[in-house]
Amino acid sequence: MSEGVEIRFEGLAAGRQSGVRLPWRLSWRPVMPLLLAAPLLLFMLVFYALPVLSMLMRSVNDPSWTLSHYASLPGDTVFLKVFSNTLYTSLTVTAGALLLGYPVALSLVRAPRYAPLILFLVLLPFWTSVLVRSYAWMVLLGRHGLINEALLAAGMIDRPLRILNTPLATQIAMVHILLPYMVLPIANALRQIDPSLARAASGLGATPWATFRQITLPLSMPGVAAGVLLVFVLALGFYITPAMVGGTREITLSMLIAQQVDQLNWAYAATLSVLLLATALAIIAVFYRLPGVGHTLRASAR
Amino acid sequence: MTGAGRGASVSLSNLERRYDRVAAVAGVSLDILSGEFLTLLGPSGSGKSTTLMMIAGFETPTGGDIAIDGKSVVAMPPYRRNIGMVFQNYALFPHLTAADNIGFPLKQRGVGKAEREKLVREALALMQLPDHGERYPRQLSGGQQQRVALARAIVFKPRLLLMDEPLGALDKQLRENLQLEMRRLHAELGITFIYVTHDQEEALTMSDRIAVMNGGLVAQVGRPEDLYDRPGSRFVASFLGESNFLPAIVRGVEDDIVVAECEGSIVRALCPGRPATGEKVMLTTRPERIRFADGAFASTAPQNRLSVTVTEAVFAGERCRYMLQARDGTAMVLKEPSSAAIRRRAVGERTEIAWSVADTILV
Ligand SMILES: Nc1ncnc2c1ncn2[C@@H]1O[C@H](COP(=O)(O)OP(=O)(O)O)[C@@H](O)[C@H]1O
Ligand SMILES: [Mg+2]
Repeated sequence: MSEGVEIRFEGLAAGRQSGVRLPWRLSWRPVMPLLLAAPLLLFMLVFYALPVLSMLMRSVNDPSWTLSHYASLPGDTVFLKVFSNTLYTSLTVTAGALLLGYPVALSLVRAPRYAPLILFLVLLPFWTSVLVRSYAWMVLLGRHGLINEALLAAGMIDRPLRILNTPLATQIAMVHILLPYMVLPIANALRQIDPSLARAASGLGATPWATFRQITLPLSMPGVAAGVLLVFVLALGFYITPAMVGGTREITLSMLIAQQVDQLNWAYAATLSVLLLATALAIIAVFYRLPGVGHTLRASAR
Repeated sequence: MTGAGRGASVSLSNLERRYDRVAAVAGVSLDILSGEFLTLLGPSGSGKSTTLMMIAGFETPTGGDIAIDGKSVVAMPPYRRNIGMVFQNYALFPHLTAADNIGFPLKQRGVGKAEREKLVREALALMQLPDHGERYPRQLSGGQQQRVALARAIVFKPRLLLMDEPLGALDKQLRENLQLEMRRLHAELGITFIYVTHDQEEALTMSDRIAVMNGGLVAQVGRPEDLYDRPGSRFVASFLGESNFLPAIVRGVEDDIVVAECEGSIVRALCPGRPATGEKVMLTTRPERIRFADGAFASTAPQNRLSVTVTEAVFAGERCRYMLQARDGTAMVLKEPSSAAIRRRAVGERTEIAWSVADTILV
């Protein structure tokens, strides 16, 4: 029986327990590998953790100790608009990635002969920088871009569609970039399902669709949850893509933060950053408690 | 449904399954009767599972035909065949409770919720698991999982049940209990069972008939006692139980009895064919059917006799097991029920052994 499937049903108690117990089990042996990582840890501390922390501190100590920056957020219409827009964008991107990614993950597992090719295509976005990919989408989606030209030539439209600089452009480009984060955890969960289960279902009278609905889909849910978590959290903080293809009318939280930093509104930018971080952490915390998700995340990271 | 009773009849004709160039099943022809408990017995890799998978529809034959109740099912997908199947690893759905696992085939057939619950309850009771319906598979012991898998395979009243080494993962005690339970179930349901095992004792205990498989072919089919008493080949004789093999030279044939020279003595054996005089043959006999024939030994049945030397003597509780050496060096085994009243033989002792002509087979 596959491990992922078993862990899926361990429930909350077991998940918490193993999370707590582990650190106490550390003996002297892991100390050596830890020392090897020390230079990097030091680097991260000095050049990443400390600056981020001091930046975040500005949300409560600029100009003096205060919670007023947070207190004003609920009445801040610009913030509320941008925050809800960010959540909405992340949600639609996650849904889009799930709808496109699940079948891809399924084909990755079910058609092992083509798996290398499919994997290559899925991972292609990883080999190019976000900047280049976003430029590519600009070329594709623009007023005189490939898509509009093709549609015009085919006579399906008579005026170019406005896609670039709309939320739709952001969503399309983000789904493309984030797709691997959806496909890999789902494929991993699917791979762990004992193939004899589908056979058994079929032998017991389940049509292929019924087998998928009642056996494969529920058993792949830890992978789905892991993929949804990764894509949603990554989408929350996306900056370059929305900034380049999404236009300036419907901006996201990360764009607002950048704007505020540009205008040297450090305290406001810091408050927004804390909020973004807290939202992401809260979502991670909730998802990690779903049975099986943590395990699937760790397994697909390997 | 045909009028042929509650069990389906299965007819395999020249069934074949090739992978690239190797044949997992190399042309099996076998008629399984309605209501029969037939066991496919053979060593690992002999093609038992592949044969079963083809009957269930999970493997497509590369040749031959499978007919159930006289109708070819080769082109029919598994979910239309209405066959119960128990897998070696049980293949219980881990995200469903025992009750939902058992209800699964009923749900696929559109059985209503109330009726489904009633049938599941009955199946759980039949399997002596009345209080385990709400447990998940991982909360059940191996034997309990096995019984849930069995309940799931019969709850929709299939006319044919396939089982691939269903007891393989269980310990000996549990296995023996479940063997009896399967026999009882078979008698109760009256449906056809096709059972796969590599365990000859299990096959002998449970089956109406056994098909011994070797290298993708059926070596011999028959009732357990027929196979045991009259193995048709050296393979069957050695795979099913323990056998002594004695090289011999044919000296003549009297009716259906072969007279042969063996280890310097004249020995008689049953033989269906008519071997030529002077032909070199192999005779076989079972260790527990040989007796020490010195002292107070008497028999009315015609006997074969040989002089032997005891080379090893092992006391094994219910019986003693002796290794013997015949005059020309052939090693033999003799098993004797143990008794405080019987003198134990010492290593090095020279003695006579005897066994019935009826227990001597030319293979
Ligand atoms: N998918 C496969 N590809 C190649 N060879 C296979 C495959 N399945 C089974 N075989 C081969 O076919 C033979 C019979 O296998 P199987 O039916 O599983 O035997 P058994 O159940 O009697 O142990 C074995 O030699 C096995 O290696
Ligand atoms: Mg097998």
